[in-house]
Amino acid sequence: MEISHELFVGFSKSFGLFYLIALSVGITLYAFWPSLGGRFDKAAKSILDDEDGPCR
Amino acid sequence: MISSLTQAERGAAMLITLAGMVAGLAMAAAGQGDPMGAHGWIVLLFFALFFGLLARAAYGSDELEDRSLAYYDDPTKVGILLSLAWAVIAMGMGVWVAAQLAWPDLRFDAAWSGFGRLRPVHTSGVIFGFGGNALIATSFHIMQRTSRARMPGQVAPWFVLFGFNLFCLIAASGYLMGVTQSKEYAEPEWYADIWLVVVWVVYFTLYIRTLARRREPHIYVANWYYLAFILVVAVLHIVNNLAVPASWTGAKSYSAFSGVQDAMTQWWYGHNAVAFFLTSGFLGMLYYFLPKRAERPIYSYRLSILSFWGITFFYIWAGSHHLHYTALPHWVQTLGMTFSVMLLVPSWASAGNALMTLNGAWHKVRDDATLRFMMVAAVFYGLSTFEGSFMAIRPVNGLSHYTEWTIGHVHAGAMGWVALITFGSIYALVPGLWRRETMYSWKAVEWHFWIALAGTVIYVFAMWNSGIIQGLMWRTYGESGTLRYSFTDSLVAMHPYYVARAFGGLLFVTGAIIGAWNVVMTIRHVPRQVPERDHPTTSETMEPALPAAE
Repeated sequence: MEISHELFVGFSKSFGLFYLIALSVGITLYAFWPSLGGRFDKAAKSILDDEDGPCR
Repeated sequence: MISSLTQAERGAAMLITLAGMVAGLAMAAAGQGDPMGAHGWIVLLFFALFFGLLARAAYGSDELEDRSLAYYDDPTKVGILLSLAWAVIAMGMGVWVAAQLAWPDLRFDAAWSGFGRLRPVHTSGVIFGFGGNALIATSFHIMQRTSRARMPGQVAPWFVLFGFNLFCLIAASGYLMGVTQSKEYAEPEWYADIWLVVVWVVYFTLYIRTLARRREPHIYVANWYYLAFILVVAVLHIVNNLAVPASWTGAKSYSAFSGVQDAMTQWWYGHNAVAFFLTSGFLGMLYYFLPKRAERPIYSYRLSILSFWGITFFYIWAGSHHLHYTALPHWVQTLGMTFSVMLLVPSWASAGNALMTLNGAWHKVRDDATLRFMMVAAVFYGLSTFEGSFMAIRPVNGLSHYTEWTIGHVHAGAMGWVALITFGSIYALVPGLWRRETMYSWKAVEWHFWIALAGTVIYVFAMWNSGIIQGLMWRTYGESGTLRYSFTDSLVAMHPYYVARAFGGLLFVTGAIIGAWNVVMTIRHVPRQVPERDHPTTSETMEPALPAAE
C-alpha cells in the first residue's frame, strides 16, 4: 500500500470523523452522568477548605 | 533552603550542577567564536553558582523538618519572585520596542538593540519568563493542595524551576546576539530546545508522581488544565523544533520542514502555544484561585469538564487560520477557520462559568481588588476568544492579517487575560504562602488594578484603530485601479497610535512594578501569622474538614 496524500485524506474522513464524534459523545456522557454528580460536587467544594487543613 | 535537603539530595543536586558545568565548559570550548561559546559560559556560570551554594552547605546541619507536616512551598515562592522579576524586565522591553516604533532613534544604533532582536526578548520574556514561572509556581501550589499530598522529593522541583529559567536566559541572551531559528515563539536554537525537553519531562513526571500520591479520589479540574499545558507543550515543542544543527560547534540549525509544511508546523505550534501555554494553564489558575477567593465552588463543575475537552480537541486544529490566503491548501485553511469558530463555545463556557461563580459574590468583587483582577481577566478571556474566532474567518482575516489589529488581539489576551489572572493569583497566594497576615498595601493592589486596566484599554483601542486603518489603507484602490496609498502613507498614519500604545504599555509595566514592590514589602515587613491548618493529609483516617463541634 502506497502512503499517499489520498490515503491520509481517506483515513481522516472516515476514521477521523468517527473517533472525534465518539470522543465528544463519551465526554458529554461522562460530564453529565447523573450518578457522578456527588463526586463532582465534592470536588468543587474540596478546594474551598484545602488550605485550612486536611479534609476528607 | 538548602538546609532542608537531605545529604542524599544535596549529593544528587551537586552531581547535576557538576554535569551542567561540564556541559557548559564543553559548549564554551567547542563553540569558540560562535554565540554558542558565549552561551557555554552562561551555562557554566549558572551551574557554578548553584554548585557553590551547595558546596558551602555540604557539611552544614541537616536537622530535617518532618516532611509529612507541610507542603513543599519553597520552589513556589522562588517561582513567584522570578515571575515578577521577568514581568518587570520583559514588559519594560515591550515599552522600549513600542517606543522604537514611534521614535526610531531610540534604537541608539547598536546591533543588539534593533527591533528584530529586542522584540523576541519581550515576547519570550513575558510568555515564558513571566507566564511560565507563574505557571510552574502555581502548579506546584495547586497540585499539592488539591491532592492533599506533598511533592515527592525536593530536587526535582528546583531542577524544573531553575532549569526552565536557564532556558529563558539562554533564549533572551541569544536573541541579543542574533541567535534565532526564525520561528515565532520558538526562536531558541537546538541546544536550548533539547535542554527544555529534559526540563519538561522532569516537570511532567513530577506532576504525575505528586498526583499518584494524592489522597483525593477525584483529580480536581484545575490539574487537568495544567496537565494539558505540560503534555501538549511538550509535543508541540518537540515537533516544531525538529532540526539538524549545521555543526555541533555552532548555534545555527536547519528545520526538518520546508516550505508550506514548515509554515503549517510552525503555526500549529504557534497557535497551540497560545492555547496550551497561554490559555490552558491559566485556566487552571482561574479554576482554582477564583472559586477560592470568592469562597464559592465553581458554578458548574460538569461544564468545566466539558469545556476542558472542548478546548483540548478544538484548539489542536485551529492553527491553520494563521495561513489564510497562502500556499496552504484551501481546505486546510477552511478546517482551521471552522474549528476556530467552534472554539468560541468551550471558551465562553469557561468565561461564563467563572462569571456565574461570582453571582452572589459581587460585593466581594467590588471590595476586593484581588478578586476583581480575576473577574476582569475572565471578561477579557471572553472578549479576546470572541475576537479570535471572528478574526479567524477568512474574509475578516483578509482585513486584519499583517496589521496592528493582530497585535491588539494578542495583547487583549496577554495583558487583559493572562497577566491579570496571574497578578490576581499572586495577590491571592502571597500572604498565605509566606504566612503573612495580609498584603503590605491593599491600596497598592487597587492602584495596580486600575493602572493595569487603563493600560490594557489604551493599548487595545490604539491597536484596533491603527490596525483597521492600516488594513483599509492597504486595500483602497484609486480610479485607475492602482493602490491609493503607499506603505509609507500607512506608516505615517500609524504614528499617533504607536505613541498611545507605548503609553498604554508604560502604564501596564508601572502596575507590574507596583505589584513587585508590594510583594517584596509584604515578605519583608508584614508580621507573621501561622495559619491553623495548611498541611497534607497525614493519615488514612477520614479527618473532617472542621472539628465536629464547629
